[in-house]
Amino acid sequence: MALALQTFPTVKDANAALKAAGTRYLGGGTLVVRAANEGDVSVSGLVMSTDPALSAIAAAGGKVRIGASVTMAAIARHPDLGPLAKAARAVGGPAIRNMATVGGNLFAPAPYGDFAVALLALDAAVGTEDGELPIETFLARRDGSRSIVTSVSFTLPKADGFRFLKVSRVKPKGVSVLSIAAVLEQAADGTVSSARIALGCMADRPMRAKAAEKALKGKKLDQNGIAAALAAATEGIAPITDPIASAWYRAEVLPIHLGRLLLA
Amino acid sequence: MAKVPVQFTLNGSEKAEFIDSGTTLLNALRDKIGDTSPKGGCHQGTCGACSVIIDGELRLSCLTLAETCNGAAITTTSGLAEGGVLHPLQRAFLDTFATQCGFCTPGMIMAAKVLLDHTPNPSRDEVVEALSGNICRCTGYEPIIQAVLTAARANSQNAA
Repeated sequence: MALALQTFPTVKDANAALKAAGTRYLGGGTLVVRAANEGDVSVSGLVMSTDPALSAIAAAGGKVRIGASVTMAAIARHPDLGPLAKAARAVGGPAIRNMATVGGNLFAPAPYGDFAVALLALDAAVGTEDGELPIETFLARRDGSRSIVTSVSFTLPKADGFRFLKVSRVKPKGVSVLSIAAVLEQAADGTVSSARIALGCMADRPMRAKAAEKALKGKKLDQNGIAAALAAATEGIAPITDPIASAWYRAEVLPIHLGRLLLA
Repeated sequence: MAKVPVQFTLNGSEKAEFIDSGTTLLNALRDKIGDTSPKGGCHQGTCGACSVIIDGELRLSCLTLAETCNGAAITTTSGLAEGGVLHPLQRAFLDTFATQCGFCTPGMIMAAKVLLDHTPNPSRDEVVEALSGNICRCTGYEPIIQAVLTAARANSQNAA
């Protein structure tokens, strides 16, 4: 079934059109056209905006603002976004990365949405016409979201302060068994002064490993120092089961991969 | 359903059609324009059989709406041969037995072409990475990787 596409130069007009029942916003097409191709009859119309601000990347003074239509490929090759390149390259194959957008990734259900895991660890702010929301709040409410995401903003981590890992069975491109992103700050003596750890595939959307974060504070990143964090890693998780892995398997291997990420 | 006009360059020649709004580029190319080289495999963005090159970038035509391609330059595998002479990639795929049922081949060749356009002498790992979004169920991939490396060598010899 063909879908009527409406294109608007401004986000404001696109938001107004998106109020009609059955409409979805068209970003790169990797979620919404896929849904239509699969026969999702709840999608009856598509809306998109060509506002150039949606495709802009602004990085200055350690602050980054990425327009919602920016693709994974554009992030991976941007000279100022080096620390994020690995997370952007974790999404799909080359063609998908040329299409999949930052905004879309925030809505991708597990096992997809690896870049959103990185954004959660970075404590990004998600922008819409109504203002900015902390990503954690945004993700919790995303199912009811009807306002077009325009940007994500965050403080660029130091290259060695941001860690990302995606585990997949097929390499180099495979669907996630799990993904983990961590923003770690260490004091001069090597102890962890702050930690934000985000997990993918451990719920239907990216989630924080808050117990592990707490257990890591004041500890050194060595085998003994991370033990309590690894023991707490599975607290509060409800992993997905899909053809890639069962919930049981995902929960079993999470502490192992978190350990590898923290000791890397 | 309202028809909408689309106009783009396909393999160097201007194309203009009226299509149903929301038609994928894959369906527009195959059913309206008659270029059946991009294949419809999974229609989910998983298999890569529908890969085409849009303005120099590899894209999946099954997830791209045709009307978003207005003014674009699109390349498909059917546009590679010149005057009956196969493109070096096509020649290499035949010579190294990199094609069996052939369904994935046009997508593989598109992915490989984008790679060689930007990286004329790729490493094996770069070839594997470039083809990672394309699934082949016949060959086991090794002959395809060899075909791309063979085409790269042929290109560099011709350039020398």
